[in-house]
Amino acid sequence: MASLTELANPARFMRLSNVLLPWLAGAAALALAIGFYLVWFVAPSDYQQGETILIMYIHVPAAWLALMFYSMMALSALGVLVWRHPLADVAQQAAAPIGACFALICLLTGSFWGKPMWGTYWVWDARLTSMLVLFLIYLGLIALRRAIDEPSRAGRAVAILTLVGCVNIPIIKFSVDWWSTLHQPASVLRLGGPTIHASMLWPLVITAVGFTLLALALHCAAMQAEILRRRVRTLTIFEAERLDRLSLQAAQ
Amino acid sequence: MMDALGPHAGFILAAYLAAAVILGGLTTAILVDRRAQRRALAALEERGAGRRGGTTS
Repeated sequence: MASLTELANPARFMRLSNVLLPWLAGAAALALAIGFYLVWFVAPSDYQQGETILIMYIHVPAAWLALMFYSMMALSALGVLVWRHPLADVAQQAAAPIGACFALICLLTGSFWGKPMWGTYWVWDARLTSMLVLFLIYLGLIALRRAIDEPSRAGRAVAILTLVGCVNIPIIKFSVDWWSTLHQPASVLRLGGPTIHASMLWPLVITAVGFTLLALALHCAAMQAEILRRRVRTLTIFEAERLDRLSLQAAQ
Repeated sequence: MMDALGPHAGFILAAYLAAAVILGGLTTAILVDRRAQRRALAALEERGAGRRGGTTS
């Protein structure tokens, strides 16, 4: 716990993330290069879906990451509301645009996959609709933070809304089991083990690891930018106060 | 290339292009933002904004 508290110090986080970031980015590039080599040149096409299975290798990791980043935001929201830790708020703020981008990638690639396989870009079934709701929640959280000027009030409001939005996460995951959907049921993360053949599963796992490392690298960089922005804001206020004091002294 | 991807090549390439554009845009936005904040902080520190007795020029 003590080491967590030390890590959660913004200055220490900046030092550690400066060291970690190049390694994360390099590992992401390597995993994505290997993953997409396997996807495009080794993995077989699907016996029913043909080459459109290539879309799976970006659609599925994007869906996982959209859910993972929301779960990370929910944990950060607890950090904001329970421990009132500034770094938890920074983590939450930096995660929202990244999660939104992966949710958008999931929706778009799903549409491009759906048209040739289902005959339509979109259906209002439970999985697609709940994923769209997740994307809209991300946009709502970003908009809410921008609508409130005072950062700590904005952080608390966003944290509360993030926790409320958590109800959508199990709905997305289990929508294909609870309702009759056009979307296929889970085929990788399921109790009985994956139903995908290893020749497709491994490229999928490697690309998913690559996208996850990329997303974590982006999160680290976005957190650094946010810490710097808050420091700039504080120093700007200090400078304005000092200039005020000096002008008052000059006037006396 | 298009032949190898079969009759739905357009959909496959559109999906990859969309992902590349979104991730490229996100990465660029984050890196540009971080650089802008670093420059703003450096400018403030150069003016002595972080010190109580800093200069005002």
